[in-house]
Amino acid sequence: MKRFSWFNATSLTLGFAFLYMPMVILVIYSFNSSKLVTVWAGFSTKWYGELLQNDAFLDAAWVTIKVAVTSSTFATVLGTMAAIVLVRAGRFYGRTLFSGMIYAPLVMPEVITGLSLLLLFIGIGLDRGVLTIVLAHTTFSMCYVSVVVSSRLVSFDQSLEEAALDLGCSPFQAFRLVTLPIIAPAVISGWLLAFTLSLDDLVIAAFTAGPSATTLPMKIWSSVRLGVSPEINALSTIMIAIVATGVIAASLISKRSAVRQRAEEQAAERVEA
Amino acid sequence: MALDASAPWEDPEAKPVIHFQNVTKRFGDFTAIDDLTIDIYEKEFFALLGPSGCGKTTLMRMLAGFETPTEGTILLQGENIAPVPPNKRAVNMMFQSYALFPHLSIWENIAFGLKRDGMSKHDINERVDEMLRLTRLEQFARRKPHQISGGQRQRVALARSLAKHPKLLLLDEPLGALDKKLRQETQFELMDIQEKTDTTFVIVTHDQEEAMTVASRVAVMDHGKIIQVATPDAIYETPNSTYVADFIGDVNLIEGKAAGQDGDKLKITWAEGQPDIIGTPTTEFSNGQTVHFAIRPEKVSITAEKPEKANCLQGKILDIAYLGNISTYHVELAGGKVIKAQTANNRRLSRRSFTWEDDVWLSFTDTAGVLLER
Repeated sequence: MKRFSWFNATSLTLGFAFLYMPMVILVIYSFNSSKLVTVWAGFSTKWYGELLQNDAFLDAAWVTIKVAVTSSTFATVLGTMAAIVLVRAGRFYGRTLFSGMIYAPLVMPEVITGLSLLLLFIGIGLDRGVLTIVLAHTTFSMCYVSVVVSSRLVSFDQSLEEAALDLGCSPFQAFRLVTLPIIAPAVISGWLLAFTLSLDDLVIAAFTAGPSATTLPMKIWSSVRLGVSPEINALSTIMIAIVATGVIAASLISKRSAVRQRAEEQAAERVEA
Repeated sequence: MALDASAPWEDPEAKPVIHFQNVTKRFGDFTAIDDLTIDIYEKEFFALLGPSGCGKTTLMRMLAGFETPTEGTILLQGENIAPVPPNKRAVNMMFQSYALFPHLSIWENIAFGLKRDGMSKHDINERVDEMLRLTRLEQFARRKPHQISGGQRQRVALARSLAKHPKLLLLDEPLGALDKKLRQETQFELMDIQEKTDTTFVIVTHDQEEAMTVASRVAVMDHGKIIQVATPDAIYETPNSTYVADFIGDVNLIEGKAAGQDGDKLKITWAEGQPDIIGTPTTEFSNGQTVHFAIRPEKVSITAEKPEKANCLQGKILDIAYLGNISTYHVELAGGKVIKAQTANNRRLSRRSFTWEDDVWLSFTDTAGVLLER
């Protein structure tokens, strides 16, 4: 093993400092007892307590969760369907156009997506509120789901589905009983991705939300414009904790199951009967 | 297989289980199956043999229902199966990759097809246990496919495809993923299971030894056409073309011209300065017509002195391949033609009669070879 050189250690430290310094400062100041954000006055958790009393924030959090759960669920269903068509249907007329159109929103500026959705909702006379945010989030996150799911489907052994048909399944049963359970990890991570995208979206929500519905990022953004408060720091720390726990848990679970599967395969080959 | 006891293909009254009538399958410009007509009978172990790309897998996938013929009809017990989807066919398939469901246990894999039929729980239990016993997998019932070895997975795939009592079982290169020793054992196991279950088996393989071992009849395919269908011994002893003779086993091919019939014998002139070969034709050859003389190496004797046989050729030993039980001698004749001769090593190697560069005589009877038109 090569020794860690001073150069390597320095670049690593600088890199991580660049990435995480802002967040670390935010977390530290969320435990500041002073009302002034930039002055440290001792450790305290009172801002977390006050946060729970703040109805405006709690309402926004509730809206955000409702929007994230419903939109990511819709996006998962639609994105998975699109992925199956793209991977399975082989060559059909307009396939390249179709796949290009599925992936275009990935690189589309959010401002444009938001603006065009706003124009659409005004055009069809839909009142802006939770429903319009859900529709908008479904639209932009389904392409992420379809990218995740189709990368799994490419390596999926299609003879598994044929075997299911051969054993008496209708095509839908084959999907439900064989394909879906096998690609479930990809579908779940697609859902998680859509969920987090919806959770921290500000731009598109700002375009499509009405006065009746405000999401948490919108609420944070508008309160910060009146000055950063320690409450916001506490709220942001909670959001960081939720996201970090989810990401770490997901990667641990998938890593551990891969390691276990490899160990069991090796054990099976050793006792070859 | 019990070749003599039952040979339904020779009985004009026998009704085939499978009947292909002028079936053609095209993928775009590529013709995978070319105007093919064939009958497969009940309880047969039928092998489709050919190099990759010869159409054997397409033929099998049409039986399973994953492909539909472009032209022609396929009858299963007299019924056209073209409009029947795969899940409604009394045909099951064992996949080359086994296609075991990784998220289900061995027991659930075998029960999968039975559950789709709406069988009662009790009947399913009984049938799965029966299949586990048949394939000697009882102790692995609760394991997942990745927790068992390759040979065991192969048996699970077999048990799963047999569980529904199919009229016809299709096996796509079933032993391809096993090592040689395990493959040979499994071949006998397959034959045993086929006899026990009285099911018609159709096996696709590119391994001629495997086809010869397991099958009651072998169909040799090339470029979407069936070149010959016959029992393994007939395929080996009386191939109908140089393609079949060359594909199955080892063979010496000598091209010559017919030079006069004498009773039931035919003289073949084949090289300047070499004596004519005398053979026994099964078809008519006109004088001067091209004849391919095919003879298996084990039917060519090798001796130091010129023997009293219909055909004797002199040459020099070029190479010896020692395979343990047999040795193959490559003998170069005057003019450069190399003929392979095989002898059983029934003596110890130290007492071998010939070595490199020895002058020897090759000889064979006038019935040992086959005369082919193409």
